[in-house]
Amino acid sequence: MASDSPPLDASRDPPTRSGSEWRGRLAVAGRVALAAFGGYTVAALVTALGAVTLPLSRAEAVSTAMLASFAVMAGAVVFVFAAATLRRAAFGILGTAAILAACLWLAGGFSAGVPA
Amino acid sequence: MSEAKRFRPAMAWLHTWAGLVVGWVLFAVFVTGTASYYKDDISRWMRPELRETVIDPAQSATAAAGFLAKQAPDSGGWLVMLPKPDQPLTEVYWWKSFAGPFHHALLDPVTGTPTGARDTQAGEFLYRFHFELALPPLVGRWIVGACAMVLLIALISGIVTHRRIFADFFTFRPDRSRQRAWLDAHNLFGVLALPFHLMITYTGLMTLGPMLMPWGLQAAYKDEAPHFYVEAGLMPKGRMPAGTAAEGLPLGEIVRIAGKDGGELPEALMVSSPGDAAATVSAVFEEPHGLAHLHPQIAYDAVTGAELARNLPAGPATRTATVMYGLHEAHFAPHALRVLFFLCGLLGAATVASGLVLWTVARAPKGAAPEGFGLRLVRILNVGTIAGLPAGIAAFFLANRLLPLDLAGRASWEVGLFFGAWVGVALAGALAPRRLAWPLTLGLAAATFVAIVPADLALIGEPRFVPFDIAMLLVGALLIVAARTAARPPSALARRAATRVAEA
Repeated sequence: MASDSPPLDASRDPPTRSGSEWRGRLAVAGRVALAAFGGYTVAALVTALGAVTLPLSRAEAVSTAMLASFAVMAGAVVFVFAAATLRRAAFGILGTAAILAACLWLAGGFSAGVPA
Repeated sequence: MSEAKRFRPAMAWLHTWAGLVVGWVLFAVFVTGTASYYKDDISRWMRPELRETVIDPAQSATAAAGFLAKQAPDSGGWLVMLPKPDQPLTEVYWWKSFAGPFHHALLDPVTGTPTGARDTQAGEFLYRFHFELALPPLVGRWIVGACAMVLLIALISGIVTHRRIFADFFTFRPDRSRQRAWLDAHNLFGVLALPFHLMITYTGLMTLGPMLMPWGLQAAYKDEAPHFYVEAGLMPKGRMPAGTAAEGLPLGEIVRIAGKDGGELPEALMVSSPGDAAATVSAVFEEPHGLAHLHPQIAYDAVTGAELARNLPAGPATRTATVMYGLHEAHFAPHALRVLFFLCGLLGAATVASGLVLWTVARAPKGAAPEGFGLRLVRILNVGTIAGLPAGIAAFFLANRLLPLDLAGRASWEVGLFFGAWVGVALAGALAPRRLAWPLTLGLAAATFVAIVPADLALIGEPRFVPFDIAMLLVGALLIVAARTAARPPSALARRAATRVAEA
């Protein structure tokens, strides 16, 4: 622990320091929800996209994507809590999810049949 | 605030709160998982009626098939886990469909009738608790999986928070203040086994991977999911039942053929559609002995004994995943390495426990001021989990020796006493005055562990169980030291520090 940051103490505020107390709490709840559901969605989309696009055999692509999935989720969660504001975190996560979903749709991941 | 300046406080906050909300579950997962490194030894101790004997796996397989054919003539599948000399039991599962329910029995390896050993879940209970928390399997696994994910995040944010890893590793200031001491202890336990903590968390997530993160499999295979396991090299290709009945070969015959083909005896047989003309028996091998958990299989026609299929070769990614399972379960580890894994697991539990205590110490009211609701709740849950769970485990072992052998539902009684002792000690901790809570509950846990030894010596008293009894004494001694330390008045610390200053 560095001397400039005190050890884990009760007075430490959540990352957002603006607004009244309940607004701060709401922002924390928002970050937790975004980290859990948004982080999982991003990880799920990366896993699905990897499984259908990686230039490997189908089985190997699935295994590779799953190996990486939990690291992706951890990265997304760290991003959510490190972002300056909840809004920026939400834009980052939802934007990434939208791009991934579009790529997955283009790659045929949402179609009913098995991709070729 | 700049990006970089904001990052570490944000991660410190994340580490504190992520660690707190899952800490109690993680402590239980670490403790029962660590005990599971010795699952087989625990099971041997808990079934003292079984002795190491010469066994004939082929005969055991045929006898087990006789039991299964009589017990469940219309099953969709059987799993027969063959006995080993030091585990003279044939373990069988049978089911109608893969949707469950799965039935289970332990059989005598010679006669194929239910074992005469005492009714107990033995090491299997602690092992399953490690990832199912004694809840319905899917519920328990999702809770443990989610907690493991939060642990991964707590580890990452903890590393960021604790940037001076090397310098602080050599820092232990037990006399500075209670909070400093707990922080240093938490850092020490965490950093000392950090590679283990990261490995065990990520590989643990991978063992639940197909359930937690099925989307890759889903996107690439849609409704052909079973094809993945064949293409990945994890399973041989199966076949549909013919719908007509036919007498299969005795299972022991398949064991003999598989032993010749595979170079060693299989450890289990998986029978699909037993009694059908197109029934298949897959022999599952432990080979290759090593890190990877590939479990090669050879599928045989159950009627003719002809080989049908083998696993396809597994690719690098699938091998990596199976190595992760292997690392997590540590079946490959010989004695010395297993001891190291065990100690690392204990350090994991100690990291969680010291982190939980640090949370309360850092927020403790000064002097005689009353503690708030949140602090009181966390302190009570800390005492109830950190002292209560070990007491529960000790009661589980003690019940194994003390409960009458002919008690109906004996195995459930053992589990009931596990939870009963846990809740009892947790209640004692909640009701005791703040100063007495830790010494009282740790003392109760220690006493229960120590009581196992005379109970075993009086009722069984065999030399082969002495190592287990010594382990129980060591755990008891560790808990006594903890109870004594917790009983020391806080002023003693301050006094010692003051003497130090005066001497200097």
